[in-house]
Amino acid sequence: MVNIKNYLRLNKLPHIWCPGCGNGTVVRALITAIDKLGFKKDEIVVFTGIGCSARTNAILDFNTIQTTHGRTLAFATGFKLMRPEMKVIVITGDGDGAAIGGNHLIHAARRNVDITTILINNSIYGMTGGQYSPLSPQGAYATTAPYGNIEPPFDICELVKAAGATFVGRGTVYHIHLTIDLITKALSHKGFSFVEVISQCPVGYGRRNNMRSPYEMLLWQKEHAIMVKQADKYSKEDLKDKFLIGELWVNHERTEFMDSYNALVKRLSEGMKGGEV
Amino acid sequence: MPKKFKVNLNPKWCKSCGICVEFCPKRVFEFSKDGKVRVVREGDCIGCKNCELRCPDYAVEVWEEEA
Repeated sequence: MVNIKNYLRLNKLPHIWCPGCGNGTVVRALITAIDKLGFKKDEIVVFTGIGCSARTNAILDFNTIQTTHGRTLAFATGFKLMRPEMKVIVITGDGDGAAIGGNHLIHAARRNVDITTILINNSIYGMTGGQYSPLSPQGAYATTAPYGNIEPPFDICELVKAAGATFVGRGTVYHIHLTIDLITKALSHKGFSFVEVISQCPVGYGRRNNMRSPYEMLLWQKEHAIMVKQADKYSKEDLKDKFLIGELWVNHERTEFMDSYNALVKRLSEGMKGGEV
Repeated sequence: MPKKFKVNLNPKWCKSCGICVEFCPKRVFEFSKDGKVRVVREGDCIGCKNCELRCPDYAVEVWEEEA
């Protein structure tokens, strides 16, 4: 097993997350995947935005950049254009990535820029006090939904797939081996790769929604997740309150953004030599 | 000869969330009276590493003891 301490800023531990928060486990999954693929620490740059998920870059010992709320992918796209040899990873949350940064997410997917995005979905805005997010389940309680959330949530994986992402997967903190596997595949994929990790927020979400301990929240993940390969064995009725996990979508046919950009540069510079643009 | 495992719990990083207590199939961990998690049955550990993998605070480490 990977020695996780080699990849952590030990002077930042213990981290600031609440007891039982899934973010720490997602960080472990990411580190395990990076170690498996043999990347050097200097080859990696991790971008985060604002929120609990953004604190991941406080403890990760890579090149780390914390950006403004939701704009993470815009910064990361710019960086990737300047330094295409670097492995760019974006860690975002359900509020940061799907609400404030929703537009950046769909356009990064549309461009198919070679960035791996990990969206930690804990169904709530944890850091700001438990407001519901666009990924909070319908009927869930939050400080801004004291009588239950009336809005239906996005299926963020379907959204990103429809926008043009070329690798889409969903794991959970409970299914940690699957999550490690998905992040490994996403990091090895060329193009926009997206992994949603269903996580737990026992303090902001769980205690308002009848799951008082982190353990109960992990059991919820276990009971509500269905492997995508098994999905056709279930009826529509059975799948109503469940979510699919696993490798949801892979497309190797779309051209990666940097490849299109380099082709353009090549075409124009050849044109210049010939005296026309 | 069954394998022996060492279980180390770092009290400085542990926030006593109880994930290891609940997930351990051999009940190696327990809550003590002050609400803190303690390693109580280290000898029963089978090395599945459920605790180490899911500990959000990197407080648990499990390794095989050299014979």
